[in-house]
Amino acid sequence: MEQTISFTINDEQRTMVIHPGQSLLELIREDLGLTGAKQGCGVGECGACAVLVNGQAVDSCLYLAAWADGKTVVTVEGLSQYGELTNMQKAFVEGGAVQCGFCTPGIIMTATEMEARDRNYTEADIKRALSGHLCRCTGYTKIVEATKKGLENVGKCSCDHE
Amino acid sequence: MSFNVIGKPVQRGDAAAKVTGRALYTRDMKMPGMLYAKILRAEIAHGYVKSYDISEAEKLPGVVKIVLPKDVKANPWPSAGHPYSLNPAHQDIADRQILNEKIRLFGDEIGAVVAKDELTAEKAVKLIKVAYEALPFVLDAEEAMKEGAPILHGDETNILRHTDIKHGKEELSTAFSKCDYILEQEFDVTPVQHAHLENHIAYAYVDPEDRLTIVTSTQIAHIVRRVVAHALNLPFGKVRVIQPYIGGGFGNKQDVVIEPMAAMLSLACNGRPVMVDLTREEVFYGSRTRHGIRFKFKTGVSKDGRLLAKSMVSIGNNGAYASHGHSIVAKGGTNFSRTYPAELATEWNGYTVYTNTATAGAMRGYGIPQVNFAVECHMDDLADDIGMDPIEFKQKNVMKLGFVDPVSGIEIKSCGLPECIEKGKAYIDWDNKRKEYLNQKGDKRKGVGFALFSYATAVWPFSMELAGARLTMNQDGSLQLTVGAAEIGQGSDTVFAQMAAEVMGVPFSMVNVVRGTDTDIHPYDPGAYASRQTYVAGQAVRQAAESVRDQVCARAAKKYDIDVKDVEIRDAKIYRVSAGRLLCTLEQLAMESFYEKDESSTIASEKSANVKSNALAFGVCVTEVEVDVKTGKVNILKICNIHDSGTIINPILASGQVEGGMSMSCGLALSEGLKYDPKTGQMLTDNLLDYKLPTVLDTPHFDVDFVEPYDVTGPFGNKALGEPPAVPPAAAIRNAIKHATGVRVFATPMNPQSLFEAFREAGLN
Repeated sequence: MEQTISFTINDEQRTMVIHPGQSLLELIREDLGLTGAKQGCGVGECGACAVLVNGQAVDSCLYLAAWADGKTVVTVEGLSQYGELTNMQKAFVEGGAVQCGFCTPGIIMTATEMEARDRNYTEADIKRALSGHLCRCTGYTKIVEATKKGLENVGKCSCDHE
Repeated sequence: MSFNVIGKPVQRGDAAAKVTGRALYTRDMKMPGMLYAKILRAEIAHGYVKSYDISEAEKLPGVVKIVLPKDVKANPWPSAGHPYSLNPAHQDIADRQILNEKIRLFGDEIGAVVAKDELTAEKAVKLIKVAYEALPFVLDAEEAMKEGAPILHGDETNILRHTDIKHGKEELSTAFSKCDYILEQEFDVTPVQHAHLENHIAYAYVDPEDRLTIVTSTQIAHIVRRVVAHALNLPFGKVRVIQPYIGGGFGNKQDVVIEPMAAMLSLACNGRPVMVDLTREEVFYGSRTRHGIRFKFKTGVSKDGRLLAKSMVSIGNNGAYASHGHSIVAKGGTNFSRTYPAELATEWNGYTVYTNTATAGAMRGYGIPQVNFAVECHMDDLADDIGMDPIEFKQKNVMKLGFVDPVSGIEIKSCGLPECIEKGKAYIDWDNKRKEYLNQKGDKRKGVGFALFSYATAVWPFSMELAGARLTMNQDGSLQLTVGAAEIGQGSDTVFAQMAAEVMGVPFSMVNVVRGTDTDIHPYDPGAYASRQTYVAGQAVRQAAESVRDQVCARAAKKYDIDVKDVEIRDAKIYRVSAGRLLCTLEQLAMESFYEKDESSTIASEKSANVKSNALAFGVCVTEVEVDVKTGKVNILKICNIHDSGTIINPILASGQVEGGMSMSCGLALSEGLKYDPKTGQMLTDNLLDYKLPTVLDTPHFDVDFVEPYDVTGPFGNKALGEPPAVPPAAAIRNAIKHATGVRVFATPMNPQSLFEAFREAGLN
């Protein structure tokens, strides 16, 4: 049983044949070779597989590929050109918020979603937004600080840095 | 000491690759014709497989191979990521089979299926019918020591090993008779799991040069090569292990968990690439855990708070297989024996015991987080009982600069502990808060707590220490640095590049690290463990860089006909020191060395450092908590680790290490713990929903500070940093809970349920 979907992936329009049980994570990793999104659990517990679907970060391991039909998907590879970094990516690099890097692409996607929204964030908002992502290396301190910095740079956070 | 590159917060070299998704981990590399394996796992905790029925599984289209224990021809192997010992008496226990006929834990590996894709392999595994002969099982270590307990290995005992330490001027019983006050206590540290975000994963294939090649998420590529070569009877040179980017290890990948399986399956499939990618659940029960350890103390002091006699018994639950064996419990024993020297007598007895639970192995801190929790709580309670301030009591009795450990011979040559303690007291406003929070009423109560620690750097003198580094100059004067030490996310590659740049007199950006570990390329180094890399591999990097620098200076001295001592490299330029004159750029000299017709030579050096010293790192944790006695919930209001790790090579990476370690210890203290079903022996917490790994909402802001005494034994005055941060927070939190409520807790995790019960017993709710 096969099915055809059309969607935008990192600014490119694609039509692909999928099978109905396929997750979006499997589609982007195995069929499109976009391996930035990681699988840490496969059941939506860790957040390492997050990508943006119509601007919203979702766990792509739980999101069926079929649901992406007609939608716009952005993965971590689609955020910046080689040699350049987005504001949020820069904030993570400069803030020392990256260690082993396995959770990083997912967290960057959620932070990027926050950056794009038209609102202001408190520290509690930031923590709530990031709470679907597990990280075992950093203890989150530098991740929260980097997200704050990235949001601050675009005037969307007025909380204090500790 | 003044440095140019060392001590600077340079950005880690791989950060940009990691925020853009360009960093490739094991699963991100696919090979043509790749096959996928799934492991058949036992559904009883102890017993034997009576029979397999693979007839249905075999028929499933896409199944390539079904492998059962009888099909495997391999030597038993030890899984510990230890350096090999030439002394057979000190070798790790070789108790692992790739597939097992006897089952020792729920989830033990009893078969494997290789198929064209993972789904097919998984379906086939479910189609295999297994008949078992079940035996009684045992989950608790003390139960497993009793007469009549089910025996896991052999037929005599479950005690893997028992060792003791005894020293002092007097017999223990005589010493206790001279004490004014004696306290006996028992503490339990529950096993926890590393929970690195990337599960264990490896694939193996035979390459065109007949190399059995294993690409694996490991901290110990060179050890994996040795173990696989021994297990499969292959020459070392025919086994190649490649470590790509790795998504965390924390000790769980300082163990040979799945590589022999991947290698064996590839050989069974004609050398085709076979991927073994464990699920999160398999990692929980089927890889390694931190040891659960029970500690029993008897400690005696004088009226004025001098420690006179102490004894401790440790009983470590090692789970089903030996892995690191007794080393972890024993490391806790030496730490106990030295940290607070007793004036009259010291005695320690340690037992490592097999049970039918997940195998315990190395985890960040290697037994010290457990013993530190117990000792720092016990010492705190002793101080309270004799009416002394806990910090004053600990400071009075802790070992000091110049102390020589009677067991290991390690001498303390640098000690920033007093300064750490002063900074900690000031941070938390100790003296005021200790008084302010006495006699609180109401549901929410505050308290402050403290713990100190010491931590050995590397494994000398208990084992050998060797590390290799190669530095090669390019035509433009830039450098390629190849180290055997493993970058596993902690930032070691960045730190090594800083070290090389420092010695060479070039900017950080001119040192390119040949990343990963490839046993065909990277010089020998046993790997990332024991917080050894900056200390041991740092020596090798330093020596290689000194040699390359000296070669450059010699060439310049010859060219300009001056004394070599008069030549210096600064900022990638070569100067004549006495004249203060620029001679040429490093690039000019490098180009000449490559291309000068008569005298061309490459400039390179490879060094191996055999380090025969050890340095103790120190530090403290101070915290202020708010405890809700109605719900048992603990809220950390403030927490700070202050470390003496000698010279800090890179402050931003260093504080990142500390914050991550603190988080791990907070998890151990407040939420994490592996649980088993007493009826079946099956792990109940084998996923990230039931296992309470801290999320960002559970996590306070971590404050970090350093004091930096220069340790003469470190390559740049540096000592252990990677593991120590995971040591003291748990005890500090427990002691703060005690200060807030007056209730002494004796086990981890101190989660709402256990605290609610403890407060109820104390009549607080």
